[in-house]
Amino acid sequence: MDLNKHTALQLLKMLDAGQVSAAEILDDVLKRIDAVENKVKAFASIVDRRTLRQKISPSKKGSLRNIPIALKDNLCETGFPTTCSSKILKGFNPPYNATVVEKLVDEGAIFIGKANMDEFAFGSSCETSCYGPTKNPWDLTRIPGGSSGGSAASVAADETIMALGSDTGGSIRQPAALCGVVGLKPTYGRVSRYGLIAFASSLDQIGPITKDVADSALLLTAIAGYDEKDSTSVDIPVPDYCRFLNADIGGLKAGVPKEYFIEGLDKEVEEAIRNAINIFKKMGVKIIDINLPHTKYAVSTYYIIGPAEASSNLARFDGVQYGHRSADAKNIIDMYMNTRSEGFGDEAKRRLMLGTYVLSSGYYDAYYLKALKVRTKIKEDFDKAFSECDFILTPTSPTAAFKIGEKADDPLSMYLSDVYTISANLAGIPAMSIPCGFTQKDLPVGLQILAKAFSEDVIFKAAHAFEINTDFHKRKPAL
Amino acid sequence: MPITKSDVKYIANLARLKLTEKETEYFTGQLSNIIGYVDQLKELDTANIEPTTHAMPIQNVFREDTVKPSLKVEDALKNAPAKEDSLFKVPRIIDGLK
Repeated sequence: MDLNKHTALQLLKMLDAGQVSAAEILDDVLKRIDAVENKVKAFASIVDRRTLRQKISPSKKGSLRNIPIALKDNLCETGFPTTCSSKILKGFNPPYNATVVEKLVDEGAIFIGKANMDEFAFGSSCETSCYGPTKNPWDLTRIPGGSSGGSAASVAADETIMALGSDTGGSIRQPAALCGVVGLKPTYGRVSRYGLIAFASSLDQIGPITKDVADSALLLTAIAGYDEKDSTSVDIPVPDYCRFLNADIGGLKAGVPKEYFIEGLDKEVEEAIRNAINIFKKMGVKIIDINLPHTKYAVSTYYIIGPAEASSNLARFDGVQYGHRSADAKNIIDMYMNTRSEGFGDEAKRRLMLGTYVLSSGYYDAYYLKALKVRTKIKEDFDKAFSECDFILTPTSPTAAFKIGEKADDPLSMYLSDVYTISANLAGIPAMSIPCGFTQKDLPVGLQILAKAFSEDVIFKAAHAFEINTDFHKRKPAL
Repeated sequence: MPITKSDVKYIANLARLKLTEKETEYFTGQLSNIIGYVDQLKELDTANIEPTTHAMPIQNVFREDTVKPSLKVEDALKNAPAKEDSLFKVPRIIDGLK
């Protein structure tokens, strides 16, 4: 029946009508994993089948009862390894659950495995994983995007029904765009980060990667909310985001920033985005030109602040309490040095050194403090823009999926592929990527929709209206 | 400003990373490129701009200083590379002691 190809909302309806059983859904997902996982390599680890079968139950309640979900490999789940796809955390078995994991357990979800990712979420291609790269289901010679590449690829390949990712500079939206699925980075503070292994604490946010916009609303409703274990989570009531589906968006104003249509934007991607903007126009949305003048500084700002926070957060991986410890250590400093040198990959080392440099005495003001000030300017750009429009439309990524290995030796060009997604993290605002077209080589293109802080409702209205007027999200890769 | 090999050696040590000569060379080139790129921020006048450390206005969150249930010692030690009794075990910290 290929139940694995359905969305969660479709399956829940079928379950309630008695048309399918939870066991049949799980079986179809597992069959699909058997058929394609050796090609896609979306998972860092998969839960054994007996455990999975024991977890399903017809008596489950909750908004995600018996729905298979993949968790990014940086979300702590007791009883299963959580490794950030890094050698330094191989075998780590968290002693507690992330808050999102607890919430999903309460809603009856089934966790099928840990999705592959760039090591510690450092990357835009999934190539820095210690397990090797995940492949793009649309073209196995190409990257799926990153860092939540495994989450996006597993959803696109129908190896799961939904997935969670995390987004620090585009790590949910860019892989969602490149794999042709829906990815949402919620407002900073909307979802608790407790149990998300930290990369950059002022930028990180957990969010859904799903087959369509309706499932995204369903999953965000399940994971959002204040959590006393994360003092940066915000105590604003969580609406049922599904309420905002099927809305009339005629009369809303969409801003298009000219700073996003610049050199480096692929012609075919631009064409798909222009076409998507026209579709909004036809739905009665007023399209206006806006300015986000500090856009060109976003990549620099991010690659100072992100690594700075990471260099501090990752100091904890020292071989003392968990993870890898070097066998070769005469004293404690030796143990730190050898453990970290053996355990971290090149991209992690690069970012840790970059972060250490910009925080070090003599450079702090010139780089770190400067970047914090530019962050203020970037945030102000959005404040001003949202006084003129309800939401903003941009490309998610300047190009479709690139070839595996193409940028592996050129970190700067890899960083520049995040140019359109980074600003939302710096400003803390929500942003979603939805499928909006394909290139001639049949590679998906993503449209980014941004809104004011805590205005996920506006994003769901706009994205869902687009989705019901198009069928880009219905196309499946020929695997 | 270009980053030199000695800069890389210095920050690698601060970050507790041991690099081979070849790695030092490799990272020096890459980090120089990246720092060269982010130097573009210097063209922007930010003299009277307040820094943003967090996108949302957040305040300290206080709670009563009361004991609450927390991780059990055996759970906290479960992943330890080396342990003894209820402690994490590490190599010698102070040199020269016998």
